[in-house]
Amino acid sequence: MSTKNWPLWEIFVRSKNGLEHRHCGSLHASDAEMALENARDVYTRRNEGVSIWVVESKHITASNPENNGELFEPAQDKVYRHPTFYDLPDEVKHM
Amino acid sequence: MKNENLYNYILGIADNSLILGQRMGELCGHGPTLETDIACTNISLDLFGQVRSYFQYAAKIAGDGRTEDDIAMLRKEREYKNVLLAEQPNTNFAYTIARHFLFDVYHFSFLNELQKSSDLTLSAIANKCIKEVSYHERFSSDWVKRLGDGTEESNQKMQEAINDLWTYTDELFHQTEADKVMVEDGVGVDVTKLKDNYYKSVGELLNKARLNTPESKWFQKGGKIGIHTEHLGYLLADLQYMQRTYPNMEW
Repeated sequence: MSTKNWPLWEIFVRSKNGLEHRHCGSLHASDAEMALENARDVYTRRNEGVSIWVVESKHITASNPENNGELFEPAQDKVYRHPTFYDLPDEVKHM
Repeated sequence: MKNENLYNYILGIADNSLILGQRMGELCGHGPTLETDIACTNISLDLFGQVRSYFQYAAKIAGDGRTEDDIAMLRKEREYKNVLLAEQPNTNFAYTIARHFLFDVYHFSFLNELQKSSDLTLSAIANKCIKEVSYHERFSSDWVKRLGDGTEESNQKMQEAINDLWTYTDELFHQTEADKVMVEDGVGVDVTKLKDNYYKSVGELLNKARLNTPESKWFQKGGKIGIHTEHLGYLLADLQYMQRTYPNMEW
C-alpha cells in the first residue's frame, strides 16, 4: 500500500447567496472532484453552504511573514484610507 | 396484529437501512482517510434517520406499546428481515464500497417506485430519503470507478469484492408473502420489475470501472425471511449491547 498522502486542498464555502466564499479549512483528496465530494462531507454536513470552491493548496502564493513590516506597516498611519468619514446607509449590509 | 402484512413490509425495508447503517457506522474512527471516514459515518447517519421514520410508523401500526427503539434494538436475529447483502462485513474498503454500491443502485430505484405508494406515509418517507440515497449512490459509484480504474492492486481488490458479494444480489428481487400482498394493495413495490434495469445499470458502471461483471448464476437467499449469514449475530451483539445490558436505558 502506498503511504503517500493525497494532495492538500483549501476549501471555500459560500454560506448564503449574495455573500462571498469564505475559507473554512483544508482537506486531502486525490483530485478536484474528490475534493468537492469530501468538502461536502467534512464542511457542509450541517447545512452550512450553498456553494463550494476547492483549490489545491500548492497553487496559493502566500506573503512572507518576514516582510510584514514593509508590506503592512506603512498603512497604519494613513487613517484617511479607511471609509470611516462617511455615514453608511443602513441598506448596505455587507461592507 | 391487524395490519401484520404492512408491519412486516415496513420492517423489510427498514432493516436493510438499519443493518447497513450499523456496518457503515463501524468505520467511525477506522475509515481509510479522515475524509472517507466522515463520508461513511454521514451515510450511516442518513440511514439511521430513515430507519427512525420507518420504525415510528411500524410502532404506530403494531399498536402494542412498543416504541421505535424496541423494534430496532430488541428483536432476535431471526426476526430481522434485511437482505444478506446488507450484513456482509467491512472486510476491506473495497468490500465496504462494493456492498454499498450493489445496495445503492437497488435502493434508489426502489425508493423511486415507493414514492408512488398508495400509503401516504411510505410515499412521504421515500420522497424524503431519495435525495440522500442519490448521494450515496454517487459516492459508492465514484469509488467503484476510482478503485476499478485505479492501480493494478486496487482493480484486483475491487474485482474480488464484487465477485464475492455478487451472490447476494439476486435476493434483492425476491418477494416475501407480505411483499406480494402489499404489491396487490398498491402499497408495495414490485421488486421483480426492478431486476433487469438493476443488472443493466450495475453492468454499465462496472464496465466503466474496468471491472468484469461476474457470470455466476448461483445466488444466496434467506435474509428476507430471517435466515441470515453468521455475520448478523455479531453485528446485533454490538448494536443491542447497551439495551440488553441496561434495559430501558436512555441517553
